[in-house]
Amino acid sequence: MILKISSKMNNEALASFLIANVGTLIVIIAWWIVASLELINPVLLPTPIETFKSLFVSLFRGDLIKDFWLTLYRSLYAFAIAVVVGVPIGILLGSNQKVYRSFEFLIDFFRSTPATAMFPLFLVIFGIGDFSKIAVAAFAGALVVFFNVAYGVMNTKKTRVMAAKAMGIPSWKIFVDVTFLETLPQTFIGLRTSISLTLVVIIVAEMFIGSTHGMGQRIIDSQQVFDMPQMYASIIATGVMGYALNQIFLIIEDKFVHWKGR
Amino acid sequence: MHLDLVGASENQQGEKLLSTGIEVKNLTKKFHKEILYQNFSLSMPGGQFTSIFGPNGCGKSTLLSMISGLIPFDSGEVYFGGKPLSETKIGYVFQNYRDALFPWLRASDNITYPLSRAGLSKVQRKLKLEELVHRFGVKFDLKRYPYELSGGQQQLVSIMRALATGPEVLFLDEPFSALDYEATLSIIEKLQEVFISSGVTMVMISHNLEEAIYLSNNIVLLTKRPTHVAEIISFDISHPRTVKTLSDPRFIDTKSYSLDIFRREVNK
Repeated sequence: MILKISSKMNNEALASFLIANVGTLIVIIAWWIVASLELINPVLLPTPIETFKSLFVSLFRGDLIKDFWLTLYRSLYAFAIAVVVGVPIGILLGSNQKVYRSFEFLIDFFRSTPATAMFPLFLVIFGIGDFSKIAVAAFAGALVVFFNVAYGVMNTKKTRVMAAKAMGIPSWKIFVDVTFLETLPQTFIGLRTSISLTLVVIIVAEMFIGSTHGMGQRIIDSQQVFDMPQMYASIIATGVMGYALNQIFLIIEDKFVHWKGR
Repeated sequence: MHLDLVGASENQQGEKLLSTGIEVKNLTKKFHKEILYQNFSLSMPGGQFTSIFGPNGCGKSTLLSMISGLIPFDSGEVYFGGKPLSETKIGYVFQNYRDALFPWLRASDNITYPLSRAGLSKVQRKLKLEELVHRFGVKFDLKRYPYELSGGQQQLVSIMRALATGPEVLFLDEPFSALDYEATLSIIEKLQEVFISSGVTMVMISHNLEEAIYLSNNIVLLTKRPTHVAEIISFDISHPRTVKTLSDPRFIDTKSYSLDIFRREVNK
């Protein structure tokens, strides 16, 4: 009986695993078929086996890991700056409608300007070293954090603030106990968007602002020498990084902002 | 003992120890140049249940928010048993419990939040919570978060939170209008029990005349804007009121009389 139940549960777990991954499998199989039949020039599209082989070889040689960590380090560095700068400014501007309105045009302008357009400017300011890449990414990330925090503060439920006011709680305590927590769901949306964006900008910066190491550099280098399996492998590794960062943030979010959307 | 912790306004012999009446004098409030209230005066006796009833848009909620200091007014004075608001403990229950409770705190922590902010120790808070749970006969799990509770349970938590600090006056802004019929009936009875046992002055805005009369000693009928008092009707059948009250001739008379005035005011 117990065996039956556990085997049933295993079947269910297997079924849900299959459902969640069947799309991925179909794409990999299609890729494999297309590449094996050489429907696309094999120089441009290696088989999945070649690609994953290249991925594992470079993983064990250690050079991919080094690039991986460097890109991750740069992205997190940029993200950290984005948070430290974006959150306080967001709170400041969000809690003061007049200040926000006076900066609204500038905010919208820079939000609509691609951060990558600022590369040359940041190169001039910070030089061609590592920090100029981090600075551009931080700039892009901070805008997103700041905007979401400000938006969260501005859209605090008035009723909750009034409820605290009716209890005779002083304004600064209301800010700490109510407004701040109230903004958390929106803040987390900003943080999650920001980490994705800093990764994007770092990768682009590594590709086009001369760089020593990093996944962006690695992808463009393997493209230059037509090492297609390595290029695909590096793209996949970068994708894993982006996906993992997003998932980690979702887990943190679910834990800290359990009331989100309820 | 129970009475002492919550409400603190009536001893066990049922004598009123202190009951805070409310005096509103010459209140004026303009909104975008339109006059909402001008020289509005109203007094509500302490230890009684007063309901405020009036046409849509006459500013009932605004009035309650001004009296309780949640929004400012242009001129006028409000006194609670002769004291200003700053020296008075009030409780406030909102229509929309979902937006009024703190979703990041468990129901029990919502209730004790005003106590912790008042500097009470953990043990004292726990005692008060137990006290309130006993008084309200709470059967559901207060360790849950507000969003895990039903609407009626959430509004009950709101009322408990508002009463936690032992306020002199409890304001209720349409406390039943977001609830289903069953929850409304149950909360009306709980509210009546607490009103009887604590003798806290209660002021409720209602859009349901029957509910208002059922609970109230006084029904304040308001006019359209600029708003003033059309009439104050007293309904002095003693509490507790029961289903029988609803068919009592005095209840029916009061209701039809109030309705007449309301109709007259709406059609003016």
